[in-house]
Formats: sequence, structure tokens, C-alpha cells
Amino acid sequence: MDINDLRGLSTLLLMVTFIGMCFWAYSKKRKKSFDEAANLPFADEELNQRTMQEEGRNG
Amino acid sequence: MSELNSALEHPTYNYKVVRQFAIMTVVWGIVGMLVGVLIAAQLAWPQLNPGLEWLHFGRLRPLHTNAVIFAFGGCALFATSYYIVQRTTQARLLSDKLAAFTFWGWQAVILAAAISLPMGWTSGKEYAELEWPIDILITLVWVSYAIVFFGTIVKRKVQHIYVANWFLGSFIIAVAILHLMNSAAIPVSATKSYSVYAGTVDAMVQWWYGHNAVGFFLTAGFLGMMYYFVPKQAERPVYSYRLSIVHFWALVAVYIWAGPHHLHYTALPDWAQSLGMVMSLILLAPSWGGMINGMMTLSGAWHKLRTDPILRFLVVSLSFYGMSTFEGPMMSIKTVNALSHYTDWTIGHVHSGALGWVAMISIGSLYHLIPILFGKERMYSVELINVHFWMSTIGTVLYIASMWVNGIMQGLMWRAYNQDGTLTYNFVESVAASYPGYVVRVLGGGIFFAGMLVMAYNVYMTTRKNVELQPAPAAASAA
Repeated sequence: MDINDLRGLSTLLLMVTFIGMCFWAYSKKRKKSFDEAANLPFADEELNQRTMQEEGRNG
Repeated sequence: MSELNSALEHPTYNYKVVRQFAIMTVVWGIVGMLVGVLIAAQLAWPQLNPGLEWLHFGRLRPLHTNAVIFAFGGCALFATSYYIVQRTTQARLLSDKLAAFTFWGWQAVILAAAISLPMGWTSGKEYAELEWPIDILITLVWVSYAIVFFGTIVKRKVQHIYVANWFLGSFIIAVAILHLMNSAAIPVSATKSYSVYAGTVDAMVQWWYGHNAVGFFLTAGFLGMMYYFVPKQAERPVYSYRLSIVHFWALVAVYIWAGPHHLHYTALPDWAQSLGMVMSLILLAPSWGGMINGMMTLSGAWHKLRTDPILRFLVVSLSFYGMSTFEGPMMSIKTVNALSHYTDWTIGHVHSGALGWVAMISIGSLYHLIPILFGKERMYSVELINVHFWMSTIGTVLYIASMWVNGIMQGLMWRAYNQDGTLTYNFVESVAASYPGYVVRVLGGGIFFAGMLVMAYNVYMTTRKNVELQPAPAAASAA
């Protein structure tokens, strides 16, 4: 076993990591929590309104 | 005490620092692009070098790049990241004081650059020209930025860390590492230092920095912007949150290796050149994954493009992003690079990214952001946003098309041989042949710059109190 085996193994390791990540991201189990996350930009209108009120900018 | 309790139970956002950075984005955009138009004109008409050393092309060119990347782009990133991180964590920034320090500190850096670069004080590293005292100030500001940003994420009120924050966070961390590594230098006076690296190692560190300034400052940061403002403006969540996760990890893992493609056919070892080329080619996949994710967010809402010029800005910026991330990998192929390197093609490629992607996504985001920050329903004039959109698009197309023509022509002229092995053209013949392209570039850049003036007027009118908004165009109100 020389340094080149190590290099080959590192490539393999990265590939396994990548494929693993894809399975993790696309697993059915996580769909619901990702849907929640995707809606975060639309979940804070109240805070925005309050900020505007305190700043006295209700244009 | 009761006030404190109410602030804890009913937090508000820090919009002040966002407003400051948003306004300065417009100001520095105008300054940086004006310098760009001036140096483009100097290339077309060398008489515009008036014999003053401070206005020489060699000193103004780094002023232009620093102003548009770090002043315009930087302020846009500060503004949007402070806004996005608050609104997606539902928490106020960690510290108002530290956030204010990042604003004034960053403006001080920009001012120092605007003085020192025309004076000719430079470390000579592309996109990292600023001398060591300014580098130290940048480091202080950047560490404060990281503390404010990540501190806000730590105190978030929601479980998830929204994908835009992942991109913005990686941009902050990567830029810190790149800046520290590449700016390592030994000072010999207050205005002069020498890099700790030498020879080929210096070149490799420089372009590891240089390409990741593109990858993390000009890409990851602006992708964070994209992942928030495209869904907001389209009024629907991002097309695929799962794809955005794969997009993020693939992009940050691959970008960091692409730097050697700036050093093809140099003293850099061949294996490193090939590595840079292969990694650049792989980079097409995550880049297009992100572009498709942004574009497809509009599926079912394409009709909005007809009436909403802000959405048009965002979507066309993604088209330019897709175009330049196809062109980039292609140019990194060694045989293509043999033709394109050192020609105007490179400048055209950079500007299809810088004007088409970075500037247009920032402008679109600002048009969404500024009315919210100033408590207005929308921008003062929707019609003027539309005018600005067409000026930006036409300006960018004129710029990049003229540089494609110039670049390919220069590459072909430089490599043309006669039968006896002598060169067909001398260098100055290729300069003379480039003249029409240089004039078209001034025209394109000038139109893009003028668009920024339209924006400044529109922004000014939006920020004023007691100014009535212009009626929305008929098409928009009908939709």
C-alpha cells in the first residue's frame, strides 16, 4: 500500500459522502421539515410590522 | 425594566444598519462604475490619460475593481445578509453596536482604498491590492461581521437555519480565511509590504485567493441573496429545498480547487493545472443546479415576469449566471485557454458575471428591499425600474459581445504564423484592431452606469417622506 492507494481511497470516500448526502437530503423522512424550512421567508411578517411600528414608518 | 421585558418578549429587527448599507450600495455602485467607464474610455482614447499619475489607468483599474467588488458588492452583501439573517431567524442582530462598527469600519476601508490606490500604494496582488494597515482594518471588520452574523444565528427563534444563511455563512468564513492567507506580508513601511510567498507559490496562493473571491464573495454570498429574494418576490417557496442542500455542499466543496485554471501554461506544475481544469469543469454541475433551482421557483408564476420588473432583474441575473458558469468551465479547458488567456475574452467573461449576475441580482434585491426598509408599499416608480432593467440588460450585452469579438480576434492574431515561422501580426496591430470593440464597451458600460443614476433617483424619491408614489403602470395594476 503506497500513497496512491490513499489518494484513490480519498476519492472513493468523497464520492460515498456525496452520494450519502444526496440520500440524506432526498429521504422521505425529512420532507416535512424541509418544507417548513422552505417557508421560513414567509413566516415573520408580524416582526416586520412591529419593527415598522416602533420606527414610526407605516407609509 | 418593563421596557426591557417587552423588548425580550416582542423583539424587533435592526433595520438601521440594513438601510445604511443599502443606500451606500447605490452610492458606491455609481462611483465604482463611473471609474470603470473612465478607464474603458482611456483604453479607447488614450488621450484621456491627462499626464497625472493619480488618474493613470494602472492606478484607476484597481480602484475600479475594489470599488465595484468590495464597496458596491460588499455593501450589498452586508445589507442583504443582515436583513436575511434577521428575517429568517426571527431574531434581532446580536449587537447593534458591533453591527454599526461593521458599517463605519467598512466605509473607512473603502475611503482608505479610494485614497491609497490612486496614490500608488499597492501590494500588487490582484483584487487584494490594499496595503497592510488597511488589511488589518478589514480583518477587524470581518471578525465583527462574523460575530454579528453567527451570533444572530445562535440566538434564532426557529429550529431551522434557512439555506440562504448557509451560503452567507460560508461566504463570511471563506473570505476570512482567504484574506488572512493571501494578505500575509512583511511590512517595510506604513505604505509598503512584501508578500511572505515567492515565485510560483505566490502565484498559486494569489489565484487560490482570486478565484475563491469569485467563488465565495461574488457567488456564494449572492446565491444567499438569490435564495431569499427570488422566493420573496415570486411569492412562493424555493423550487426544491433538497436540491438547495446538495447545491450548497457541492458548490463549496468544489469551488476551492478551481484556482489553478488562472495559471495554465505557466511554471505551475502540470498536475496542478489539470486539477484546476477538472475541478472547474465539475463546477458546472452545482452552478447550474443552483441556477435551475432559482429559475424553477417561478414555475407556475411565469406570468409575473410580464408585469414585475424586479422579478425580471432577478431572473435575468440568473440567466447571466448560468451563461457565465458555462463559459467559465469552457475557458478553463487548457486548449480553449490557450486561445482566450490574456485576451479581452477574460474581461468579457468577468463582466458577464459582474454586471449580469452580481450587479443585477443586487439591484433586483434592493428594489425589493428599499420600500420595505422605508415603510413604503413599493418603489416610487415601477416604470423607472423597468427602464433601469432594459438599460442594464442592453449595457451588459454590448459589453460582453464586444469583448468576445475582441478576445477571439486577439487570440487568433497572436497565434497566427507565416509559412516561414514568423508572426503574421505584431502586437500593436492587434491593439489597433481592438479599437471598435473598445468604443462599444464604453457605450455598453456607459448605459449600465446611467441605469444606476436612474436607480439613485428612484431610491431617493422612495426614501423621502410625504412623496406620493407614481401610479403603477396599467399592465401591473391589471395583473
